[in-house]
Formats: sequence, C-alpha cells, structure tokens
Amino acid sequence: MPDITVPSASPDLAGRALFPHRHLLSIADLKPWEIRFLLDEAEHWAKSNRGGARKHDDRLKGMTQINAFFENSTRTLLSFEIAGKRLGADVVNMAAATSSVKKGETLIDTAMTLNAMAADVIVIRHASSGAVALIADKVDCPVLNAGDGWHQHPTQALLDALTIRRRKGGFEGLIVAICGDVLHSRVARSNMLCLAALGAQVRAVAPPTLMPPEVEMLGATPFHRMDEGLEGADVVMMLRLQNERMDGAFIPSPREYHMLYGLTPERLAIAKRDALVMHPGPMNRGVEISSVVADHPDRSAITEQVEMGVAIRMACLDVLTRGARGVEGWA
Amino acid sequence: MTKLAIINGKLADPAGSDLASGAILIEDDRIIATGDVSLPPDAQTIDASGLVVAPGLIDLGVFATDKPAFHFGGITRAALMPDQSSPLDEAALIRHATRAGKPDFWVHPIAAATRGLKGIELAEIGMMQAAGAKAVGTGRQWIADSGVMMRVLSYASGLGLTVITHAEDGGLAGKAVATSGETATRLGLPHAPACAEAMAIARDIMLARTTGAAIHFRLVTTRAGFDLIRAAKAEGLKVTCGISPAYLFLADNAVTNFRTFARLSPPLRSEDDRKASIAAVADGTVDVITSSHDPRGPEDKRLPFADAAPGMAGAETLLALSLNLVREGHVSFNRLMTLLSANPARILGVDAGSFVPRSAADLIFIDPDAPWIVDSGKMAAQAGNTPFNRVPVQGRVRRIMKGGVFL
Repeated sequence: MPDITVPSASPDLAGRALFPHRHLLSIADLKPWEIRFLLDEAEHWAKSNRGGARKHDDRLKGMTQINAFFENSTRTLLSFEIAGKRLGADVVNMAAATSSVKKGETLIDTAMTLNAMAADVIVIRHASSGAVALIADKVDCPVLNAGDGWHQHPTQALLDALTIRRRKGGFEGLIVAICGDVLHSRVARSNMLCLAALGAQVRAVAPPTLMPPEVEMLGATPFHRMDEGLEGADVVMMLRLQNERMDGAFIPSPREYHMLYGLTPERLAIAKRDALVMHPGPMNRGVEISSVVADHPDRSAITEQVEMGVAIRMACLDVLTRGARGVEGWA
Repeated sequence: MTKLAIINGKLADPAGSDLASGAILIEDDRIIATGDVSLPPDAQTIDASGLVVAPGLIDLGVFATDKPAFHFGGITRAALMPDQSSPLDEAALIRHATRAGKPDFWVHPIAAATRGLKGIELAEIGMMQAAGAKAVGTGRQWIADSGVMMRVLSYASGLGLTVITHAEDGGLAGKAVATSGETATRLGLPHAPACAEAMAIARDIMLARTTGAAIHFRLVTTRAGFDLIRAAKAEGLKVTCGISPAYLFLADNAVTNFRTFARLSPPLRSEDDRKASIAAVADGTVDVITSSHDPRGPEDKRLPFADAAPGMAGAETLLALSLNLVREGHVSFNRLMTLLSANPARILGVDAGSFVPRSAADLIFIDPDAPWIVDSGKMAAQAGNTPFNRVPVQGRVRRIMKGGVFL
C-alpha cells in the first residue's frame, strides 16, 4: 500500500476556510482541495476503525443525528448509523415506510418537523432529484445528502475516491472506467465530478440507452463498447442495474446485458493487469458483474469500499458539526 | 348613446406599421373610428398623452381565470384551456366558464377535443360551440392516436373552429421534466429530446393538410418546430403557432438548483432553440405570444423538481417582457400588438383585438418605458410562480377599457 501522510483530524489549524460549506449536497459544490481535505480527514478514521476493538470517539456526544431515509437503503443507512454512533452521536433512523410521509405529509412539513426536534445533523435519502436540497433549505442544521434521485450521492463518491487513493496512491493520470447504467445513477454523476476534479481520466461506459446526454460536461468521455472503455483502465467501477430497467425498457434482457456489458474475468483482462474492481452495491451477480471478479481477493475493492464508507461518513459528520460544536476556527 | 374620444395618445394599431398620432372614437362598446377623425361635439374626451393606446391583450391559452393578474397585465380577454379540475368537455361547463369574468373580463373557453381530454372519443364540440366555446383544444398533451386526431381536426373544421394542440410527442416526452442536455444530465432529471416537439408538429401538419383544418400549435419552442411551421405556412396550410415569453428569454439552464418556477410544459429548451424562437418571432413565423398563465401555489411548486407541477404565472409579465422584443428591434410595436391581440382574436373568431370599426372597445393605455421589477412575493396573480422574479422590466398598463367602460 502506498505511503500516505495522515494529517491529524484534531481540532483544526485552518478551520472553516478548509471546508466552508454548511451542508454536503453535491460534489459539484466542492473544490478539489475541499475533497482532498475530506479524504485526509477520513484517512484518520479509516486507521482508527482498524485499530482494535475500541472504536468509539465521543466528539459528537449529546448531538442528535437523524437519518431520514425516504427511499429504501440497507448499507448506506447502516453505514451512516455506525459512523454517527462511533462518534458518540445519538442516532435516530426514520424510515419512509413507517413515517407520516406515507400519510401524505409534504416533504417541507416533514423537514419542519425534523427541524423542530432540534436535530444537530440530518442525513437524507430521497427518490427525487433535488429533494435533499429542498429540505436543507428549510432546516437549521447541516444536511448530508445520502442520495437524491439520479442526481447526487456525494459520500459514495468520496468513499470511492478514498478507496482508490489508498490502493493507487493518487489520481493524476489514472484511467477510471465507470460502467453500466450511467443514466439513472447518482453514484456515477457524483463519481464523474469527483474523480475528474481530482485529476483522473474518467470514462463513462454504457449502452446508448443508458448514457446521459452531454456526459462530457461532467468530465467523462463516453464509450458505448465495454471493451473499448476498459482498454488500459486502472479502475473499473461497475454500477448496479436496477431490476425495473432490465426487461425491455432500456436493455432487452439481463443475459444480453451480461454478454455485452457484464464484467467477466475475460473482459477484466482488457484493463490494466492490476486494475481495481469496484461496485457501490448491492450487486446483481451474473448481470453486471460475475462472481469470480466480484470476489477476486486482490482485484476487488468492494468490501474495502464499504469499510471506507464508514470512515468517510465519520469525517463528514465531524467536519459539518464543527461549527455547532464550537471547534476553534470553525465556529 | 355614449360617445368617447381618446385623444393625444400614440395609437398602436395592429394593422399599422408605426405608432401614429390620432384619436379613437368609441360609441357604446364599439370602436367606430380611429386615426384622423373629426370629433363629434357631444363626445367626451379622454386624454392619453404620453401613453400608447392599444387593443386589450387577448391571451390565447391560459389555465385559470385570474382576473387581478389579467387586469394588471392589460389582458382583456383570455382563451381558457380545457384542462380544468373538470375538463371543459360539455356545454354546461363551457357556459359556466364564459360567465366567470364578466363584465370586465371575457373568457373564451377552449372546448376539450375529446371526452375528459383522454384522447379517445370526440367530445360534443358543436354543443360546446353553441355554448360559447371559441376553439377546440387537446389540452396539456397531444392526442396520441393519429386516427382520433385526424377526426378531431376534420370535425372541428366543419364547424369552423381552430384546433389548438400541444406539440409534444407523448411517447418521447413520457415522464420527462426537462429537455435532454447538460442541465438535465447535471441535475439528474428525467428528460426528453427536443425533437419530441417537431415530431408532434410534423404529424399534425400532415393531418391538417389532409383534412384542410385550421390548427394552432399553442407553444412552439424549438428550431426544428419552427422550420416545420414555416414550411407549412409557405405551402398555404392553415397553420399558426404561438410561444410564451419564457421560451424567448430563458433557456434550460434556468432550472439549475432545481428551480421549480422554471418547470414548464414543454420544458425550457437549449440556448440555440431560444435564439431560434426569437428569430421566428422576428420573421413572422410566430403568430401569437401567450402568457400561458398557470398560477401555482407552494403545494404544487415547493416540491422536488420532478414532482412539482409545470407552469408559470405569466399574465402580469406578458406585455412587459414582450416589449423587450420591440426595444431590441425584433418587431415593431404594431406587430407586437398583432401577436398579442389581433392574431389571437382572428384565431378565436372574435371581433376584438383590432382598431377596425365595429371592433370591441377593449383598449389599454400603455406607459411603454415605465420601469418596474417583477416580484414573485407581490403579484396580483393567485400565485407568484414566475421564473422572472427580481428581473427589471419596462412597460406598465395605466388604464384599461373593457367594452367601452374604464375599469
């Protein structure tokens, strides 16, 4: 593993100037050095999370973190919950299925309700693009976007960047192929912006029906043929193909998709010999990725992504609450 | 018998080529003479010095009868879209709609072409015409079934009614809320290619050619769409089209940051299409400028972008924004009044929107350079959903006369 200097995540030197944002809504809002700052902060947590049994840090003690998930999620919700608890926050989960959203309450009313409960940080996932920003506008505390529609999933891009940096040492000149359903993917949108900002050469690889128009504007070069897109890639990032898009709507069938765009060992051989395989999960084994590749001990970074997810979310929760906690230079 | 003479104003006669000095003579609710007229001694004179006198605006295709907004904007008549909570698909509803604004505002309802606007069975268009409908409309969507659309056109032509249609191929448009392009990609919004418009126009022009019917495309917003309309007009087909100021002055990047006030139907287009729209107004391809007034409160607009209702409150800004076209030299003041008044009247078949003797005495006095700032928080409309919030504009209506009576 390349040697990375780990700066202290202690109360900071340059303070708020390093991250002058109230919320974390979109990678598009962040400057490259702000992204790097979050990655450096997360590096500290990655180390401490690996450091034995006692992982607790009490810096968010007494603060309330609400995870408001209007769309189903297992791993992201769990990751945010663990991150909050490791920092000592009181974490409350609100799942849409059991919430008053089902009873017709508007999103703004829900936001006002959460706000009235004096949350100190709110993590939101919603099925509509822009919904998280809409809520963020109405609440007094920092909001973290845990995914809004096809728009953004910034912590996923950050955890992917951290995983890549740990494995590859940096981003400059790195070829990253983001493959699959780019059109409907917030993960792809966040990653394209993030990796391009950090200096990587980003490729978007998708069938034309699943490629957003003018994807170049997000910093990616489009490829319609998997083999061309994988040529010489350092990182192969697969995207999940949603079940409802599989049968005739955007692609003819899962098996044809697997034939043309599935990441098989043969296809992975087109990429660089040491190419890293990533997937934001949950995987459709045998559709976008074959099990041999997904479980490859050296090449697959999929479980490491999950691990870095906790570290990134701890860093984001810490950084965004520094102002409220009165950390010197951040208040 | 009351006689009124409006003197000292500049007259914006849609049939003229320049603003001209002159008087307008009115008897009861009709204009009886304009221009260099000798004033009868018993006429009461009204001084319009410093102001432009023009026909009241006729707004071809609005979604609500919102009188305060219409009066603010100098609109004296509006054609009401059939897309109401109960679609205007039967005579009683039409009759009710015609009465909603009287006496100081006239609503000309557009009859739903099909029952419930479902695009399947013909509605009782003749009965609705007898009840006061002045046109037939497909509403917010096109009619997907080409056979139904052809019968709508052909049936309406027999009654002498124009069919007002929505130019968007429904299959392509689907659930799209934005035009395909950089903005939609960045924001992750469901999008449809701009050609959805031209495809619908191409089909409907062919059906208009076959049936000989008069068709009006309420909002045309793309270069490809205007090219088709231009060609159809050159061929002599009874094809007209309109646009609203939003598509002339905003492009799709106006929805950046998920601004739902800029969520319109059809969605805002590319900058290239916006420029083509201006050119189409300048070269005469566009016949009508409409506000497409659709006031929507926070319950419809303060939502995630894709969940928000489309539409903008446009009545108050229709004239002031359109006057930019005059100031920028794209059209003359008189031509603008043709787009805002005379052509809509012609399409609806009402004797208004003109200075021709026996026209309705619906007049507005315009202070064409008066500056003001659009403020969504202080609008006369039922809701302030304007994408032009905080935009400085020029041109205010100072007085309105409806049917020979000042408001």
